[in-house]
This record gives sequence, structure tokens and C-alpha cells, in this order.
Amino acid sequence: MMGFAGQLSLGHSLYVGVGAYAAGALFFHYGIGPWAGLWLAMLFCVALGLAIGFLAFRFGISGVYFALLTIAFAEFTRIGFDHLDWLGGPGGMFLKVAQRDTWDIANWRGPPLMYYYAMLFLTAGAFLLCFFLLRSRAGYYWQAIREDEEAAQALGINTFRWKMLAVAVSSAMTSISGVFFAFYYNNLFPEQIFHISRSIEIILGPVIGGIGTLFGPVLGAAVLTLLSDGITELLAALGWEIPGIKQVFYGLVLLLVVMFLPHGIWPAIAKKLKIHA
Amino acid sequence: MLEVRNISKSFRGLQAVRDASFQIPAGSINALIGPNGAGKTTIFNMIAGVFAPDSGQILFQGMSIHGFRPDQVCAAGIGRTFQLVKPFAGLSVLDNVVVGALRRSSNVSEAKVFSAAILRKLGLEAKAALPASSLTLPDRKRLEVARALATRPRLLLLDEVMAGLRPTECDQMVEVFRDLNRAEGLTILLIEHVMRAVMALAQHVGVLHHGEVIARGAPAQIVRDPAVLECYLGEETEV
Repeated sequence: MMGFAGQLSLGHSLYVGVGAYAAGALFFHYGIGPWAGLWLAMLFCVALGLAIGFLAFRFGISGVYFALLTIAFAEFTRIGFDHLDWLGGPGGMFLKVAQRDTWDIANWRGPPLMYYYAMLFLTAGAFLLCFFLLRSRAGYYWQAIREDEEAAQALGINTFRWKMLAVAVSSAMTSISGVFFAFYYNNLFPEQIFHISRSIEIILGPVIGGIGTLFGPVLGAAVLTLLSDGITELLAALGWEIPGIKQVFYGLVLLLVVMFLPHGIWPAIAKKLKIHA
Repeated sequence: MLEVRNISKSFRGLQAVRDASFQIPAGSINALIGPNGAGKTTIFNMIAGVFAPDSGQILFQGMSIHGFRPDQVCAAGIGRTFQLVKPFAGLSVLDNVVVGALRRSSNVSEAKVFSAAILRKLGLEAKAALPASSLTLPDRKRLEVARALATRPRLLLLDEVMAGLRPTECDQMVEVFRDLNRAEGLTILLIEHVMRAVMALAQHVGVLHHGEVIARGAPAQIVRDPAVLECYLGEETEV
């Protein structure tokens, strides 16, 4: 989403974390199931995103400064959660795991395969949503704002309102992944979930695959995850265990993409195949 | 249609526009000329809502548009182009225009049909699918006009759209504006250095010098005005 409207966020771990903690806390303290929790977590994250967006856009913060602001919000939320004993503090919050053998879709409990299909479904859903958004009025307006905000405004676009919509959609989508995170791992630590490396990972896929395109983020995430996990496995099979090799690999891929394919992998492929990205 | 009353604007002590007033009747073509730094673009930006005048009033169709944001000015019915063209470089030529057309119709396919018609009017239809970044400067100027027209303005503000065009291209552009003015009653205000276009198009000309309006009248009158000759045309004939 940020790829469409051109507002770089380096703090999207905020929405993963707040989404995860919101749904997790509702379950932990009140026994509210994941389906109801999902909606509440989404609402919460959208409200949070809009509040941050309002502050940023109302005072004309954009570009690098917007990115810094998003990092700041993610970081102080992380530190804040360290001091919230109600949510487990730095020691973490642990959700009770009832069972892991049979599919229990109503309570989001089941074997990893169930989560695999859920993620597949979500990815397809996100892809479709982006497909339609990109072809809608919102998609045109976001791209116009990305390309030249002043010209966009001169064409009658209320840039503030449309940027706010982009933030709302983006934070809602990210919060869904947070809720999944909560019910898949069943333990939440502020250090882990709000960490800046998570925000970077979120934006790295699109950057490498091709930001602002439909297939780019999917491709980028696939390249990163498949190859980095593959290399880790390969090294492990050879008997070498190198901590941090994943990050080194990320850095290497990013370096190569920036040098040789500055628009990402997907636009280059699309050009070769002569299709419009 | 547009009435500018005694507007002034200064930037950190530099008085860019001083007490400027003029009126633009509906359906007319007007030009604002003057040497570089005379305050033409500043006046434009005040009308378009980029910044508000320090003092004075701007009325559009009898309504004050003082303090309007650029998007609200556009919604009120004033379209503009930028002197330094600002295409949406990553989008296709057609999509550039569609962004403007979506101002009046929220249906994308409807906006596309309308945009294609505008591109035809400006002779850009063959390049509709190309990315805007691949256009030459004259084409970018045309695109700038097409995009502004797509918002269906009643008043069109043109900021030096003729600059950098060859004489024949300039004449083509003049024809387009004449057509729009005649067929659709579009009111036009242009800032222009290219006198060829001003003389061919404008019915009324205002001359700006050091932020003040020093002369007003028909083009033929203006070029004989001694004050104008001294400050503006005089400089040019010396070269």
C-alpha cells in the first residue's frame, strides 16, 4: 500500500505487534476468540494508523521524515509494552494452547498445515484487494500522489484524505498478519514483535520485488524467504551453523537489486515478457 | 468570472506582488505578461490556492476563494498547468489524464473514455499508452494541458505552456485554445513570454512590472503603450 501512495513506513511492526497483542490480550484476559478479536484488533490498528497519519500529514511530514516518524512510533510502543505488566511486560504473554492436532477453524487451533492454507488464502486475498484497488479511483489517486503530490492536488485530489485512506488500508492488512502471528506462535514478546528488523522485512519484499507493483511484493518475499531459508538449510546440512547469515543474505540481495534492478525484480521480468506491470 | 482585488504578497521582505487588481470576464482569453520576476507566477499561485495573498481578495464567480487549498480551487472550477511541467512520470499518458478526469466522474472506465477524447484534441492519442516519462518537452506541455482540461474547468490557468515550443507547435497550441474557447466557452488566463501566442490569442492583456499592474488593454494597444515599451518590450528590442 505504501508502494502505491509513496509514503515509506519503516514502522509497520507497530501494526503487527499491536494487532497481535490486541487479539492476544482479548483472548488471554477475556476469552474472546480470534474471529471477534481479529475485527477488534483491526479497528484498533486502523485507529492508531489514522492517529499517526493525521499527525504526520497535517503537519506536512513526508519522505524520510515520515519514515523516521513511523520508526519512532514503533520503537516507543515497544518500550511502552515492556512496561505493561497487564500484557506480560518484557517477559512476554503466553496464550494457552489447547490442541494442535485437528483443524479447529472456529478457534484458530490446528496443525501448521492449517496455518499454511490460511496464509495462502490471506496472500491471495491481499493480492486481489490490491488488484482492484489499483484499478479503482483510489489506486489512480494514490499513484498520482506518489508521483507528484503538488500536481495531484492541483487536479483536485484532497491528498490528506487519500493518504489517510492508504494508511487505514495498510494498517488493517498488517494487523491481520499480527493476529495470525499471535495465534500461530502463541507467545508474544515486545522485543521480538515490535523490532525494527520486522518493519524492514515487511518493506524489503516489495523493494526487492518491485515497489508499487502487484506481483513484485509476492515475488520479493518469495525470493527472500525461499533463498534465505534454503541457504540456512544448506549450510546446516553441511554442518555449518552461522548466526546472522539470513541478514547477510538480505543485505546482499538488496545490494544486487539496488545496483542492477533499481525498480525491483518484477518490472525487469515484466519488461522481458512484454507485459504491463 | 474572476476578480482579483488589490492582492499583495511578499516573501521575507521581498514584495513579489503589490496591490494588483484585474478582472476576467467569462468566455474571454486573457494574458498576463511581464519581465522575469515581475510576479506573474506568484499571482497564479495565489489564484490556484498554493498560498494565500497577504492582503486583498480573489473572487471566482462572485465567491471568495481566499484560503482555499489547491484541490478546493480545482473543485470550484479552476484548472491549472505548471510552468515546470509535473507529469506523473511512472504512469502512462492516458492514466495521467484519467487522474484529472476522475475529478468529475468516479467511474474509471468512463474517465478513460473522456480522457481519450481529450488526448485526441491535443494530438496525443498515438502516445496514450507510453509512460509519461518518455514524452518530449512539447508533448509534456500538451499533457499538462490535457490533464488540467480533464478536470473540466470553467477557467483555465496556463503557466507558460508555449515556452520551448517551435513556432508551428505554438500555432497548433493556439488553435487548440481558440477551439476550446469558441466551442465550450472556456475562459482562459495565460502567463506567457511568447508574444506570438499572446498576440494571436489574447483579447485582453495585463502587463506586470515589479509586482504592479502597469498597463491593461487590447494587445495592439499594449505594444504601443510607452510604459510597457520602456520596461518590457524595450528591453527585448535592444537585444
